[in-house]
Amino acid sequence: MKKVFVYAGVIAAIFCTTLADAQTSVKPVLKITDDNAGLKLPAKFKATILAENMGKARHIVVTPQGGIYVRLAKPVNGKGTIYLQEANGKAVVKNGFGNYGGTGIYIKDGYLYSSSNEEVFRYKLDAKNEVINPAAPEKIVTGLINRWQHETKSLVLDNEGNIYVNIGAWLNSCQEKDRQKGSMGRKGCPMLDSAGGIWMFKHDKLNQTYADGVRYATGLRNIVGLDWNQQNNQLFVMQHGRDQLHDIFPDLYTVQQSALNPAECMFALKKGDDAGWPYLYYDLAQHKNILAPEYGGDGKTAADSKYLEPAAAYPAHMAPNGLLFYTGNQFPEKYKNGAFIAFHGSWNRSPEPQAGYFVVFQPFKDGKPAGEWEIFADNFSGSPEKTASGRADHRPCGLAQGPDGSLYVTDDSKGFLYKITYTP
Amino acid sequence: MRTKIVLAGIQLLLATAGFAQQKKPVTKSPVAGLKASITAGEAVYTQFCVSCHLPDGGGVENLNPPLIKTAFINGPKPRLITTVLNGMGQVEINGERYNNVMPSFNYLTDKQVADVLTFVRNSFGNKKPAVTAMDVKITRAKVVK
Repeated sequence: MKKVFVYAGVIAAIFCTTLADAQTSVKPVLKITDDNAGLKLPAKFKATILAENMGKARHIVVTPQGGIYVRLAKPVNGKGTIYLQEANGKAVVKNGFGNYGGTGIYIKDGYLYSSSNEEVFRYKLDAKNEVINPAAPEKIVTGLINRWQHETKSLVLDNEGNIYVNIGAWLNSCQEKDRQKGSMGRKGCPMLDSAGGIWMFKHDKLNQTYADGVRYATGLRNIVGLDWNQQNNQLFVMQHGRDQLHDIFPDLYTVQQSALNPAECMFALKKGDDAGWPYLYYDLAQHKNILAPEYGGDGKTAADSKYLEPAAAYPAHMAPNGLLFYTGNQFPEKYKNGAFIAFHGSWNRSPEPQAGYFVVFQPFKDGKPAGEWEIFADNFSGSPEKTASGRADHRPCGLAQGPDGSLYVTDDSKGFLYKITYTP
Repeated sequence: MRTKIVLAGIQLLLATAGFAQQKKPVTKSPVAGLKASITAGEAVYTQFCVSCHLPDGGGVENLNPPLIKTAFINGPKPRLITTVLNGMGQVEINGERYNNVMPSFNYLTDKQVADVLTFVRNSFGNKKPAVTAMDVKITRAKVVK
């Protein structure tokens, strides 16, 4: 009995510590002193902060009327999606709805589509693109796998009434034991029947499950950023490449090789494509698909040529979370139909410096990447030192284009909303 | 300051509850022994831990737990040792989820596990008694996995 009391005391003491820590760890909001919201941009571009402390702000859409919907990874006060309107250089929260966290959000043909980590919902919009009945969405897809690794269900629609949903692989590299040193790959990686790919569902059929959907493309470890390219009517996705080559196979990869590989890849997908995860990864220096060590690779042996090649490749581990094809007229001509990519920032490059925490521009020509990518908006982290340590102030995640061609960027670390404009 | 007092309280309570089975140090100079263990532990940390928990021990938001002043790091040694030996599934700490699994490090020697835990418990703002190779040996013998 006495022991029970002591245990209760320990628990109470731990609880008090947590509270005390929480009280002392409240930090003041970063003070922005320059006129670009702390960001570094090309000449004649300007950034402003429309909102702060929205929560873990993930993907975003902006309506033709300028209304802003932001998905939150975790609901705030029971609201997983918030709706904002701009006035006097600030975005003001008008309402919120949907008591479920998640990442995916998209508007198409009078409906707002939104995903939790297991389901897809849609809300009918009125003529002003505002949700008519926030409390009663239609459930379009249900029962998708969520094992809390690569669990977010990013989504986009095409022009033929199809929804494309990412179902991320729930392991790093399909090892027998996840992330265990020396553990080899599961034969045939059985999870690929229900994860590690993009699934296609109908936009208007209720309560669809795996049985109603089509595995549109497979061999994709985890997709967060994705968009429909209207120019050549094709789905483009950004893959989060596998982690920890050195930790798992220290005899095959140095820490430097592991920090710099594999590339983060952009894929242009067609129905039936197989991008090859977990059997391969794309080596940035060798410019080719390499057989994964979990499946007998040695860091040099090329992968089977039947697998899809990336459309473009970027430095390792930078976590591409947002992809947006720019179709506006506000920015200079070179940006038209090109892709903006929000790189959330790395953790898996240690002990090398971390990287990312920026928005990249990838030029396109005729619906294909053409030319070198460049950093468009930098310094979300706050300083080069904060980038190197990975202790970034802000982490870019979602991207959207406004009706006037402005670019919107969310930050899921401190819940900032940035607006980037261009004045000739 | 309040935190410190509460932490001291926890330590006292843990000791009362018989959690912290602190052996008398066997080395002739406990301070030198602790220092040597921390130095050796830092090398182990750099080789096996830093890629997930990062050089500052802060971990990675949503993915890898921090090692800074958590109840877990400052808690009972057997639980900490077991975590290193067996690995750990997804956890929630202070209301935040950490989704990456931690693999098993049972291939490390008793001394390596002791050193790295001593390093972690005396770095990143932590200040806790050393973990000894004997602590690890005892826990390892009990761990059936």
